[in-house]
Amino acid sequence: MKILLTAKPGTTSLVKTGNWRESHYPEIDHEKCIGCGQCELACPEGICFKTGEQNSKGKFFYEKDLDYCKGCGICAEVCPVKAITMREEKK
Amino acid sequence: METKTYKAPLSHQLNPGHSACAGCGMIVAARLLTDAIGPNSIMANATGCSEVTTTQYPMTSFKLPWIHSLFENPACLATGIAAALKKQGKEDINVVAVGGDGATFDIGIVHLSGMWERGDNVLYVCYDNEAYQNTGYQTSGSTPLDAFTTTAPAGKNSFGNPTRKKDMIKIALAHHVPYVATASVGYPIDFINKIKKSLTVKGPKYLQVYVPCVPGWGSEPKDTMTIAKLAVQTGYYPIVEYIDGQLTGKMKVNKKEPIENFLKLQKRFKHLFKPGAEGELKKWQELCDNNINEFGLM
Repeated sequence: MKILLTAKPGTTSLVKTGNWRESHYPEIDHEKCIGCGQCELACPEGICFKTGEQNSKGKFFYEKDLDYCKGCGICAEVCPVKAITMREEKK
Repeated sequence: METKTYKAPLSHQLNPGHSACAGCGMIVAARLLTDAIGPNSIMANATGCSEVTTTQYPMTSFKLPWIHSLFENPACLATGIAAALKKQGKEDINVVAVGGDGATFDIGIVHLSGMWERGDNVLYVCYDNEAYQNTGYQTSGSTPLDAFTTTAPAGKNSFGNPTRKKDMIKIALAHHVPYVATASVGYPIDFINKIKKSLTVKGPKYLQVYVPCVPGWGSEPKDTMTIAKLAVQTGYYPIVEYIDGQLTGKMKVNKKEPIENFLKLQKRFKHLFKPGAEGELKKWQELCDNNINEFGLM
């Protein structure tokens, strides 16, 4: 029996869900970030990630991808050092 | 200020672009699960939000082999996959079945019971959001006492759902399932550790993870993790782990939170804060206290 793939792996990445954001987007303060990765674990879109860049304290800070961010604000809630602020979007 | 635009490397086993609501708890659990089991796995999915939000034809968010059949079928599908892999000598591949609480507690319980009885080498993960949220918030076997659902609305003569949540953990234990555990998406490291640990156990494994639902529970998207943590810290949702029927792990309640702090964040319980509902709040507090005493959580 031959089984055919009906969908190519990971193809929903073509859908940029960033336009779902209603009013706020997260802004990450690189200097405050301690690189703990709590935002990465909690992000429903899985688009908080370690950048590989260091701040002045030598911490590898995190960033988000606004192409997909739906603006839920979970990252700002779970951040233990309040490095993430939800800012009003200028449209 | 200089601004730089960052692009995510899309390194997870579950890609973004899915249509889960902003602040969805289930999709966090799904991503943590797929990353923990890794690409050398096959996933069988029940019908529900976890299926419709991730696999809108002709697209899929999953990077690992994934199959969906009927609502009640993830356990049967996984049984067949595990049997085929055994025949081919490929038993190093993880077979994982997933379903929501509707698929697990109600519609698929017959097949799940069969899978447990046969002792198939499958990890079954239940995303527990306490109702049929995908079809419009109807009561399931997992819906807790007094929750407002569209089939058990609260009003003059009712406080919402009149029955208590079905205890699937005890049902699994009654089947002598070698690995049975609960987790909460509010504690992702604990959830990941349990997935990895369960895969080292041969035979059926049952893992039930608590996942808040923003539209169904009437909560704020940002509060998803807060609610998932409060459910544990009030004693309402005990995080436990059983290996071969023995209680081998439990998450301690550090400082017992009053149950009101958990209930007030969700509109499905707002009728419990009106005059005349004090008795219901007392029932809730008793339920939490019983859990804390039963499992020795403090």
